[in-house]
Amino acid sequence: MAIVYQKSAGLTDKGLHYCPGCHHGIIHKLVAESLVELGLLDGAIGVCPVGCSVFAYKYFSCDMMEASHGRAPAVATGIKRTHPNQAVFTYQGDGDLASIGAAEIVHAAMRGEKFTTIFVNNAIYGMTGGQMAPTTLIGQRATTCQSGRTVEQAGMPIRVAEMLSTLDGCVYAERVCVTDIANLNKAKKAIKTAFQKQMAGEGFTFVEVLSTCPTNWGMTPLKANQWLKENMAAYYPLGVIKDKPISAEVK
Amino acid sequence: MKKQIIISGFGGQGGLAIGKNLAEAGMDEGLNVTWAPSYGPEMRGGTANCSVVLSDKPVGSPVFARCTELIALNEPSLIKFEEGVLPGGTVFVNSDVVTDKVSRSDLSAYYIPCSKIADEVGNPKVGNMVMLGAYVAATKVLKPETIEKMIETMFAGPKAKFIPLNIEAFRRGMACIQ
Amino acid sequence: MAKELWKGNEAIAEAAIRAGCDCFFGYPITPQSEVPEYMSVHLPKAGGVFVQSESEVAAINMVYGAAGAGMRAMTSSSSPGISLKQEGITYLAGAELPAVIINCMRGGPGLGTIQPGQGDYFQATRGGGNGDYRTVVLAPSNVQETVDFVQEAFDIADLYRNPVMVLCDGLIGQMMEPIEWRPVPKRDLPPKDWAANGRMGRENQNSITSIFLDAEECEAHNDRLTAKYAEMEEKEVRWEEIQCEDAEVLITAYGTPARIALTALETLRAEGIKAGLFRPITLWPFPEKALHTLAGKDHIKAILDVEMSTTGQMLDDVRLAVEGQKPISYLGHAGGIMPTVEEMIEWAREALKEVK
Repeated sequence: MAIVYQKSAGLTDKGLHYCPGCHHGIIHKLVAESLVELGLLDGAIGVCPVGCSVFAYKYFSCDMMEASHGRAPAVATGIKRTHPNQAVFTYQGDGDLASIGAAEIVHAAMRGEKFTTIFVNNAIYGMTGGQMAPTTLIGQRATTCQSGRTVEQAGMPIRVAEMLSTLDGCVYAERVCVTDIANLNKAKKAIKTAFQKQMAGEGFTFVEVLSTCPTNWGMTPLKANQWLKENMAAYYPLGVIKDKPISAEVK
Repeated sequence: MKKQIIISGFGGQGGLAIGKNLAEAGMDEGLNVTWAPSYGPEMRGGTANCSVVLSDKPVGSPVFARCTELIALNEPSLIKFEEGVLPGGTVFVNSDVVTDKVSRSDLSAYYIPCSKIADEVGNPKVGNMVMLGAYVAATKVLKPETIEKMIETMFAGPKAKFIPLNIEAFRRGMACIQ
Repeated sequence: MAKELWKGNEAIAEAAIRAGCDCFFGYPITPQSEVPEYMSVHLPKAGGVFVQSESEVAAINMVYGAAGAGMRAMTSSSSPGISLKQEGITYLAGAELPAVIINCMRGGPGLGTIQPGQGDYFQATRGGGNGDYRTVVLAPSNVQETVDFVQEAFDIADLYRNPVMVLCDGLIGQMMEPIEWRPVPKRDLPPKDWAANGRMGRENQNSITSIFLDAEECEAHNDRLTAKYAEMEEKEVRWEEIQCEDAEVLITAYGTPARIALTALETLRAEGIKAGLFRPITLWPFPEKALHTLAGKDHIKAILDVEMSTTGQMLDDVRLAVEGQKPISYLGHAGGIMPTVEEMIEWAREALKEVK
């Protein structure tokens, strides 16, 4: 009998703690497979955030560090600068990256730190129980905006990939989702591209993955997938936002 | 032997450098020395002073309210620190900038035209060396050779052309003290 | 060995490079900015990494990343910046990572002043960040000690896998003093086989974390840390006693006030007043037993604690150690005002007068 499918060597045997229908598991798999396929797993060092993926260090089989809330890009800077030939990545959620860690991600991108950030945007604080995130959509309900987010109260949601793309140090930014096979394949291609550009020393690379949170959105997984496509993808357009080496920007 | 020296002037006038030179030369002679600056938010223009201790014993406090010598490079410095000079102490005044005289009769006072001499020597920047020469000649706490050797070390290599100028300024400063 | 005249902050940076510091991450703040400035020039030449971070918070987390990957990492700051680093310091302690943190103290609270202060005793010795943890705190009182301690701090940090803080004040950072680059005690250091520096064929995965959600697991982790701190208390405590053998009035002080006290002792002794100085060199572990024993001696009549803090911070530890055996008076200044020799003399005289 031939093996037609098996778990990626980039993942451990530890059972995931994520809720049913959550996309973290799929995204973990794509990152792990990318590292394996690019031959980067053995030297890779990952940094996980505070948020739902706080235990990602138990799931990836490479060396991992657990950072304090929002600081993963700073931690990754310390790692990559002292280990320039190894693949380094951060795996962060929207509260971690776009709220409390906004300064760290912006400055890592500004410096053109040669690591890859996987930004999982599910438009809500998952682990703490469904509070409003900086990426929560207008009208979307959360436990801290129970009638829905309003512009008056919280401003418009932040498009991180676009914002980071304005920085010369950010050489690659793409927004993807994993709601279906076609998008999943695009997401994996984006993650691999990001790691390849990192290892080529081009600069900071960023992949934003739109993701569902059926539990806190109060939807079934299938409904959540549908909601993501209709609402999130409308505000957060999918596709390559930036692909431009620093050398093209700066003389 | 213990000297507690305050050197004070406008920021950028070179007072801190005079202090460093004293500390460096003191160290070269095997003395215990400290150099402590007052530091403020302004980079230029404000008052800047430093405290130097030269001692044959280990230095306790690097800062002090009463000094044995005051080097006043501007008027506010003389006004501020004259009172704190110990009885029998010495005040060195940059007389090109300061028109006031030392008011206390229990102090020795020397009025050194640092800027004028520096101009005569050929570079306005060497006024510090003039004052250093006056200090060394008046207090006899450091050997002139030590300072001259230090100048040679300071301006080693490509800056060697500045050595004769600085040594001349230093000697002219010494000559101010009779 | 020839003596060299060094400014405190530059000497700190050079000492770190000589101790094999691999990387430095910092943010400008007076009065310690000469540390990152010196590092930016000289550390890369020595093969190390310098990054000017976007904030103190980022700097300490860069330290976390580099230390977690097995590097000798350092950051430096001054009081308000250290407040910002406290988050990172508790994570370093929790994840058991070695790191060296320099605090060149200025006056507070808040923005306070850029002049020297000692108001960070509490945030240095009481953890500062959240949770039960300890940081070794070395408190030099001159530039020579500062360079010695910075070099030793890397070994102490590596030995215990714990952050070590060198706590000096703005005066030590800004002043110049002759130093010798003399050898410092070296420790036998275990290999960093725990580092998350990439598996590179290693069988097991290394992960660096401070999260232990399970209650029993978290308590076991705390117990392990506590046992480590007990070992540090036993082995790392340091202090100095000067002219204490017959002292009637005992001055307790660390850092700059301790060296000012040396001058006060000279005058007091010349006047026939038997004064001594007890100088804690490690603020944590505090030399509690030594001070307790000394305070219990019959010849000690009164104790005068002197700090550059108006509320009295080390004073708490002095009181805990003395345990009421002798009266303690307190002389403190803040805002960059340093206690003077004259004041110390007057206060020491007063303290004695009250008990006689």
